Amino acid sequence: MINTDVAVIGGGPAGLSAAIAAADMGAHVTIIDRNHELGGQLLKQTHMFFGSREEYASTRGFDIANILKEELKERSVEVLLNTTAVGYYKDDGVWALEEGEDKFVKLKAKKTIVATGAMERHLLFPNNDLPGIYGAGAVQTLMNQYGVMPGKKVLMVGAGNIGLIVSYQLLQAGVEVSAIIDAAPAIGGYLVHASKVRRQGVPILTSYTVKRAYGNEVLEGATIVKVDEGFRQIPGTEIDMDIDTMCIAVGLNPLVELLWQAGCKMRYIPQLGGHVPVKDEDYETTVKGIYVAGDAAEIEEATSAMVEGRLAGLNAAHAIGFDNGNYAREKDNALKRLNALRSGPVGAKIRNGLLKLAEEAV
Amino acid sequence: MVSQRLLREGVADETDLKEIIPPDYALDKGPVAVAECFQEIPCNPCSTYCRRGAIVLENINDRPIIDYDRCNGCTLCVSKCPGLAIFVINKNFSEDEATVTLPYEFLPLPKKGDVVITLDRYGSPVGKGKVVRVQNTRYNDKTPLITVTVPKDMIMNVRNIKVEA
Repeated sequence: MINTDVAVIGGGPAGLSAAIAAADMGAHVTIIDRNHELGGQLLKQTHMFFGSREEYASTRGFDIANILKEELKERSVEVLLNTTAVGYYKDDGVWALEEGEDKFVKLKAKKTIVATGAMERHLLFPNNDLPGIYGAGAVQTLMNQYGVMPGKKVLMVGAGNIGLIVSYQLLQAGVEVSAIIDAAPAIGGYLVHASKVRRQGVPILTSYTVKRAYGNEVLEGATIVKVDEGFRQIPGTEIDMDIDTMCIAVGLNPLVELLWQAGCKMRYIPQLGGHVPVKDEDYETTVKGIYVAGDAAEIEEATSAMVEGRLAGLNAAHAIGFDNGNYAREKDNALKRLNALRSGPVGAKIRNGLLKLAEEAV
Repeated sequence: MVSQRLLREGVADETDLKEIIPPDYALDKGPVAVAECFQEIPCNPCSTYCRRGAIVLENINDRPIIDYDRCNGCTLCVSKCPGLAIFVINKNFSEDEATVTLPYEFLPLPKKGDVVITLDRYGSPVGKGKVVRVQNTRYNDKTPLITVTVPKDMIMNVRNIKVEA
């Protein structure tokens, strides 16, 4: 049995920030991550981050991972890699961890922060299971982390930030991007990302969806089709795409299985990405001692995930009784930053979702 | 409000650009920055990296409005813009040539003196230009800046280059 003050499940942007903040307060922290390396999705982010200096704006994601990992080294944090949190025993508050492939260990923490992130959504169309059809995030991992070229001619489905960013990175890797399509009538991601892919010559087709994919053993092409305001396909508007790879970037769902299992009250809030845990202003779920931060709490940007992680870490440590004297100031600062990040027009969706969650929590 | 074309295709139109074209007196002075950042997003490095206080954002979601009394086209903001949305244009590079300085994160990088194809916001070729400067220091942090010559009437059109193999 491992005993710790604060357990952090997931070593991505939210989890790393949570661990650093909790350790700063004086808590002994244990991070659990199923990968070989800490950093989560930051490791494959080769683009510069938005936000302000405090969220490492203008720094590339993988460089931010290195900065956070360096900060971790200077603090009292135990790191369990290749370790997956697979279950929670409610009665005695014990987490079951699988180390490697065949060893199970138990962990008991005074407080736990679940920062498990998200998984990619898929899209329904005939032959959507052909090899060559990937999640866009998966392609980003293959390409930027493992150096594997996923294909030669790509159709990107989804003009949100992930679709736009991965398209740009495919171009940087020398892969042809035939088009970026999106069923919505407008580009969902930042327009600056759209413009930088567009000026590489990649068409962005809004109000288009995938009608079908085809190929014998692997993806050999696809037909896309225009949709009306009700997202109904318009016959006669089909375009055949000669592609060998399709990337699906139609959104993410919070990875919340552990929270379901722990008995946290969950609510379905579309603006937040699906089922998300009800939480209080300290990021504590309805199960006492279990906190949440980052994409597991709601689908948003990595910049806000880092600030949320910080808040959850500060609050979890403080709830045990740790305070280095800066708790109130640090918390206030983090809350202000988070509110600033969400205060503009692009934060409207998150603001509405959080309001709805708060209303439904009652 | 951004244009429908920008929202649907990712290409700014005349109404978007009208708001950000530097005034004539600024263009006459020499190099100046143009921020093609038309959407209020939470981001402020252009402001934090400007040493002349030419871009001030009161709220992190504000759009960058460049103060042309202060901007001298130094390029410090260009490689720090996470959206790669800032360009430096110099209408008075020479008697008959202007230049555009743009962020270029592709290989191979052109060298000073190379002739490259110039592209517009659609990525369509609009001419050829000579590379007069390549900035690729540690400060640029893998976002090199290429300064390329363009005809004087193309400073608001050329926004990318293509390096021929």
